[in-house]
Amino acid sequence: MSDLVLQGLTKRFGEFTAVDALDLTVPAGSFFALLGPSGCGKTTTLRMAAGLEEPTAGRILLGDRDITGLRPHQRPVNTVFQSYALFPHLDVAGNVAFGLRRRGVRDHAAEVARMLELVQLDGLGRRRPAQLSGGQQQRVALARALVNRPQVLLLDEPLGALDLTLTRRMQVELKRIQTEVGITFVHVTHDQEEAMTMADTVAVMNAGRIEQLGRPAELYEFPQTPFVANFLGQSNLLAAEVVERGAGYVAVRAYDNRYSVPAGRCRAAGPAAYLGVRPEKVHLAEAAAQVPAGHDSVAGVVTDWSYVGVGNRYLVRAPWGTELAVFSPNTGEGYYPPLGGEVVVHWDPAHAFLLDREPGAGDATTPVAPEPTGVPA
Amino acid sequence: MRGSRVVAGLVLAYLLLPVAVVVGLSFNAPSNRLSYDFDRFTLANWADPCGPAGLCASVLRSAQIGLLATVLATVLGTLLAFGLTRHRFRGRGPLNALVFLPMATPEVVLGSSLLALFTAGAVPLGFWTVVIAHVMFCVSFVVVVVKARLAGMDPRLEEAAADLYASPWHTFRTVTLPLAMPGIVAGALLAFSLSFDDFIVSNFNAGTMTTFPMFVWGSAQRGIPPQVNVVGTAMFAVAVLAVVITTFRRRAR
Repeated sequence: MSDLVLQGLTKRFGEFTAVDALDLTVPAGSFFALLGPSGCGKTTTLRMAAGLEEPTAGRILLGDRDITGLRPHQRPVNTVFQSYALFPHLDVAGNVAFGLRRRGVRDHAAEVARMLELVQLDGLGRRRPAQLSGGQQQRVALARALVNRPQVLLLDEPLGALDLTLTRRMQVELKRIQTEVGITFVHVTHDQEEAMTMADTVAVMNAGRIEQLGRPAELYEFPQTPFVANFLGQSNLLAAEVVERGAGYVAVRAYDNRYSVPAGRCRAAGPAAYLGVRPEKVHLAEAAAQVPAGHDSVAGVVTDWSYVGVGNRYLVRAPWGTELAVFSPNTGEGYYPPLGGEVVVHWDPAHAFLLDREPGAGDATTPVAPEPTGVPA
Repeated sequence: MRGSRVVAGLVLAYLLLPVAVVVGLSFNAPSNRLSYDFDRFTLANWADPCGPAGLCASVLRSAQIGLLATVLATVLGTLLAFGLTRHRFRGRGPLNALVFLPMATPEVVLGSSLLALFTAGAVPLGFWTVVIAHVMFCVSFVVVVVKARLAGMDPRLEEAAADLYASPWHTFRTVTLPLAMPGIVAGALLAFSLSFDDFIVSNFNAGTMTTFPMFVWGSAQRGIPPQVNVVGTAMFAVAVLAVVITTFRRRAR
């Protein structure tokens, strides 16, 4: 097993740069997610790794071996396609055996049977793809790729066509299978929850570049850029100016209020910064008197409220007009204000973070509407 | 519900009535050569289908021309269809339109202009000029049918094959060709039936040779021998048999 290494990988389609000098190392045996909105270049990156797209510049290596110039059928890499691309003229067993036959593996029947068992499709070998449900087709596509024991398995939005319940189940199953076979999985998705559920490492891509790479918790708890802060979950980002860099803390000024953030949670190099805090890390209080000591706060008016079962989502308009997103978990305790109520939004400074801000850029808060879903790249 | 069944029945009757007449007349013993009435039932026509001089020779010749034209037109048409769907090249648009031309041209025009061409080139008329003429108009039909099949094919399937270690040649043999096959077979069947029953273009370019449609046309002046109906019925039976077999094979899968 060896690492998959991308060096300066670039793909241009005419004037459009889909992938921009990408440097990336996917450790052997890891479950790696490439996460980004549609058109960010994640699928193009995957297709270059598979050999289905020729890079404009850069190299692709498996360990020390340069595979940039190899045709798709010469690479020890297999793909699970978004549309599955099952061969309609072959039955399930024929689909799964396809790669083994091409490589001249004898006695592929036993291998195929074992693989169908792994994906829980035993006994369906004689069926045609058209006679299977979407979830079953997805598992055939997985088995067809996995049976070859590739060095790297590439998955292109593999759960995009499944309904929500099935998606959840397949997420758990994919993770189980990956642990069981120990093959490197590179998983392309636009669904942040899917990426965080399954992957050990997530790379957030935007406009052909990687914005941040790390464990899901690292990315979520301390995002590197405003894009990551708002693509991976939502964040309230307030335009602030750094006024003091003290011992262990950084103080900022935003809209005539002074806030502080632990020095370890500051990524802002210059004076222009975003003060960031996640909606579920902020709390609501009826009056300033009820704000716990040491918490930072903003007073405002509730302008929107929606009950979503596990909690309540609020929008609170600050005096300067920006609406802050607040998520109050449905614990049965706490303060649930009415629409139009005057409240104080407060948070523990340890949960806030500071990011670089383009000078002149205003607040960046995500709307409380559900995160965009179902737009495959 | 009942109304639509009645309509369907009437349409079916309309389509099958001429066939029924052919089948009926194949068992007829006409009282004289120019009679088309059903006079007397007989099996004599079926016992001696090659009775009329030249009948079986013309059927055999039409079958030979049909098979040759089908093979050539199917190969050329399939290659052309692949080229037109898979590659971008200068002149692709005009070529796409040109392929339709033989289908849109009246056969009389096609036949007479081919005759002019062969005569001008001093090509002796006969078996081969008819084959060349048939290939020419059959290619268009094959291209149209195969192209429709290729256009409906998911390009990801070929990528999947390449991803699963199939070289370009293997991908073509194990994925592309099997998936295109229904279109190719349909194109070939169409080509054969077009060639076999072509009269106008053949009549212009056959010289002294006689194909089956030309034989029937010629004998119509003197009274069509009932054996022509035997040949027609047999051909219809073969076609029905082919449809039944493919239907059952598909159902067995």
